[in-house]
Formats: sequence, C-alpha cells, structure tokens
Amino acid sequence: MTDPRALYQEVILDHNKKPRNYGTLAHASHQAAGHNPLCGDHIDVALHLSGECIACIAFQGASCAICKASASMMTVAVKGKTRAEAETLIHEFTDMSTGKLDLSGDHHIGRLVVFAGIADLPVRVKCAILPWHTLHAALNAVESTSTEAELDPMHVTIGDA
Amino acid sequence: MTTLQMVRKEPAAPGLDVERIRADFPILRLQVNGKPLVYLDNAASSQMPQQVIDRLVRYQTTQHANINRAVHALSEISTNEYEQARRKLQHFIHAREEREVIFTSGTTDAINLVMHGYGRKFIGPGDEIILTTMEHHSNIVPWQMLAEEKGATIRVVPINDAGELVIDDYEKLFNERTKFVSVMHVSNALGTINPVKQMIAFAHARGVPVLVDGAQAVPHMQVDVQDLDCDFYAFSGHKLCGPTGIGILYGKAALLERMQPFKGGGDMILSVTFEKTTYNTIPHKFEAGTPPIAAAIGLGAAVDYLSAIGMDAIADHELGLLNYATAQLSRVPGVRIIGTAKNKAAVLSFTVDGVHPHDIGTLLNQEGVAVRTGHHCAQPVMQRYKLPATSRASFAFYNTLAEVDALIAGIRSVQKVFS
Repeated sequence: MTDPRALYQEVILDHNKKPRNYGTLAHASHQAAGHNPLCGDHIDVALHLSGECIACIAFQGASCAICKASASMMTVAVKGKTRAEAETLIHEFTDMSTGKLDLSGDHHIGRLVVFAGIADLPVRVKCAILPWHTLHAALNAVESTSTEAELDPMHVTIGDA
Repeated sequence: MTTLQMVRKEPAAPGLDVERIRADFPILRLQVNGKPLVYLDNAASSQMPQQVIDRLVRYQTTQHANINRAVHALSEISTNEYEQARRKLQHFIHAREEREVIFTSGTTDAINLVMHGYGRKFIGPGDEIILTTMEHHSNIVPWQMLAEEKGATIRVVPINDAGELVIDDYEKLFNERTKFVSVMHVSNALGTINPVKQMIAFAHARGVPVLVDGAQAVPHMQVDVQDLDCDFYAFSGHKLCGPTGIGILYGKAALLERMQPFKGGGDMILSVTFEKTTYNTIPHKFEAGTPPIAAAIGLGAAVDYLSAIGMDAIADHELGLLNYATAQLSRVPGVRIIGTAKNKAAVLSFTVDGVHPHDIGTLLNQEGVAVRTGHHCAQPVMQRYKLPATSRASFAFYNTLAEVDALIAGIRSVQKVFS
C-alpha cells in the first residue's frame, strides 16, 4: 500500500484548512445533502445553474480532511462548467478514486490528480467521492443521498474497490 | 528511549506476565505497514489466543456432529461439549442454573430475543421503557421497534458532561407505566461503568425488570449476575477472546419460562403436529435450529483462558493502562478526552483539535496502531457532545504501556502533518 501520508499533501491540507466556496447560496437552483452513514459525515452542496452553466456553487458540512478538500477542489473545478462537463468530471473522479481511470489517457482530472492515491485506501474512497456523489444528486434534483444509497451507481463500484 | 523506560515501569498488576500472555496471541506478532501491530480496538472485537484456536481445530478435527439429534458417538460428544461450554459460561458469570444461559449469536441477538420474547408479550400501549443516552444502537433500535409496534414510549436517562448517568433523573423517570429498563453496564463510547446494581435495586423496588447489556463489561471485570440481581444480561463472545457469531443471554429462569420463543424451528420444540406445537424447556426453547456449536465450544475455551489469568488481575492491569494513557494523552495539547467518568473501563475516546477522527485513524494505521474512529454505534452520545465522531483506543489485558506510548507518538505525528 502507498504511504497514506503521501495523500495528506500540501494541496489537500490547504483546502482542508481554507476550503474554497464554503458556505451556503442565497438563491440556489439545485441542492442536495450527502451522508456517509458509516462515519456520520455529511455535506451540503448548493449550486445555481444559469442555463446549462454552473454559475456558482457552495458546500458546507462536517467531514474529514479528505472529504472537505475533495469538496473544496470540486467546487473550484466545476464552477463555470456546463452540467454535462460536471457529470463527466464526476464520472472520471469516481473512476480515479477506485483505480479505474487510465491517468495516461484522455481525461479532465487536472489538479484533482492529488486524489489518485485514494485508490490505495479503499476504506477512505467514500470520503473522497461523497462531495461528487452529492453534486451528482443536486444536478439530478435528488435532495438527499448517501454513500450507501441503493440507486447510487458508485455504491457497487466502492464495494468492488 | 522513552519507550524502554516505560516498559520497565510496567508493574501495573503484579502477577500479570503480559509478555507471556502476548505470546499466546499469534495475531499480535503481525506487522502492519512495516510496524508492529498495536491493537487498540478491543472494544470492537478482541483477539483470540492459541488455546481457543486450538480448541476450535480440535472440535472440527475430532468432535464435530450436529447436537441433540443422533445416537452415534460424534453426536454424543458434540452435545456433551456444547453443554459443557454452557456450564463454563454459567460459572463465569455466576448464574444459578445452567438453563439460565442461552446461546445467541451475540449481544444484539440476545437483546432482540428479550424484546421479542418478553417485550412483545408483556409490554403494551402506553407502557414505558427506560433506556439511557449512552446506549449502543443495539440497545436502542429493538426497543424503538417494539415501542412502534405496541404504542409504547421510550424514556431516556441523560448523562452529565463526564459521561455519567444522572441517577436522580433515572429515578424520576419511573411511574406506574414503567415496564422495563435496559441499560449498558459499561459504555463502549465513553468507558463509563454504570452503577447497574443500584439501578436494578431501584427498578425492582417498583416491580420493573432490568436487562443489562454487558458486552463491554464481561471482558474486563468479574461479573456476578446473581449479585447484580439483573433479570437479563447480554454479552458477545468475540469481545471475550472467543469467536464471532456466538453470545450469551442470561435470564432468570422464572422469566425465561414465561416468555414466548423468539425463533421457531428444530430443537426448540417437544412435539409438533399441524394442530399444536409444544415448546421445549429452557434454554432449548430459545435455541431454534443448529447453533454455532464450534463457536460455543470455543467461547467455553475462551472463558477458561480468561479465568486462568483471573478477571481481577485483568481489571487491575487494564486500569493501569487506562490511568497511564489518560495521563499521557492529557499532556498532548489540543487533545480532548471524551468520557471522564470517575468509574471507567479501559476505553479512551478523544478528539484532536483541527483533525477529523478518520484522518487520525488512517495516519495511526500507518504507524501500525489500530484504533476505532466514528460514532461507535452510539450516535446519541455523539449528539450529546455535539461531535460528529471521536477516535477511540480501547485496551485489553494483552496491551502494554509501550503500546500506549506508540499511540501517543502516533497522535503527535498526526498533529505534525496537520500543523
């Protein structure tokens, strides 16, 4: 197993300490609450769609450093992107977290690559993908979701990780 | 080195040769991430000594057949060994009669048995069941299911900031509708040892029976169910150096006899026709189907092992570990101990400023240190302290002061990563 200390690198620790886009949105068009019942972590994601474009996005909640940094970097990554671009990134991030994304191929991961090491820590994969999972729920008008949700396409993936 | 110094200061319990005891546990020789395993998750599940492993192997190798059925030699042996294990458990908890000891799959199963067997028969609309804030989910959810089915009400004893039950409030909860009390002996999340004997006496004076969830007590102290005078006492084998899938429900014979069976099936009947079934006598009335025979016999071997060491010596050693760990952890800036009851078992829940418990757990694991992180299946406790989760180090008699030092060093290195 890779040394998990490699995961707790500067970028992640920085986003944990100073999360970007942290808080609530006054006029959100889409929002969802995500829960990880295994650890009690929860995260709220709110965004405003202007046409197909994510004009603004915010998150808040109580979670570990991995989850909070993932949420923070997610908001930075999807702000200004279209709904379809965000869904693509959600998919790619989930695949990367479970070791299924070919990082040498075509993808849009960019700076999010700092989370690639999470694939070596199966018990922490859910922490990293909870924000993405919640964003997916918000974009699809699901108000509440969980890492254990039956219809969660990521659920099976995690179990196989 | 500090560590060596600490090893020399080991005299927590004279007579407990920890190094010799550790040699009995093959798993304690493991390395995790290149570091010696420091196993501090005993409240979740304890490890198994070679003596119990050997007993399981001997049973499967030379003694296995189904019990209470055939007349052949192996069936007789396995039946005798299974019933012998029941007597070992009876003596271990000082029950009056062996038929008061029921094999279940664990504490959860035992509590559910009482909920179905006693609760569904004797608790009705408007009745009240007293629980406490610190209960494990397994001693909350079954009673909520019963309350919902019967229209009964759950009343909850609060805890103070130290994590002790507020006994005045407990006593004030009683009224003519109070029909049952279910309380944990030792808190898995806080370590608090509850004054169950006193609570039972108070309930009995009002004619109310009491179930004690002893999952965290039995592995760490001498338990005498007759002295406590509890009506029911539930615990698990796997926290007691035994196998998973086995546990005990102790119940007073008079109560068990009045209860309805929990599960129907083979072994729990005397006769069956399509018109009428006559139930077997206790304990068999509550042991439908083929039980986990090997696990029961393994648990018998586990209590033999613990009795040979001595539960009082175990309690002394663990108190030494708790006191040392509490003192050392208190010295680390930014660390807050959750659960500071005067009367505590060797469970140490804590938070570290600015670091989430899961990050602590992952980084401690890198140092070979296994702790539990999360809500410990006691979400009401977390809500009481307004915390999402804690980290928890829980000790067993095979842990050493040097392992406490490894925990403290690990926490300091976590703080360094997050500084």
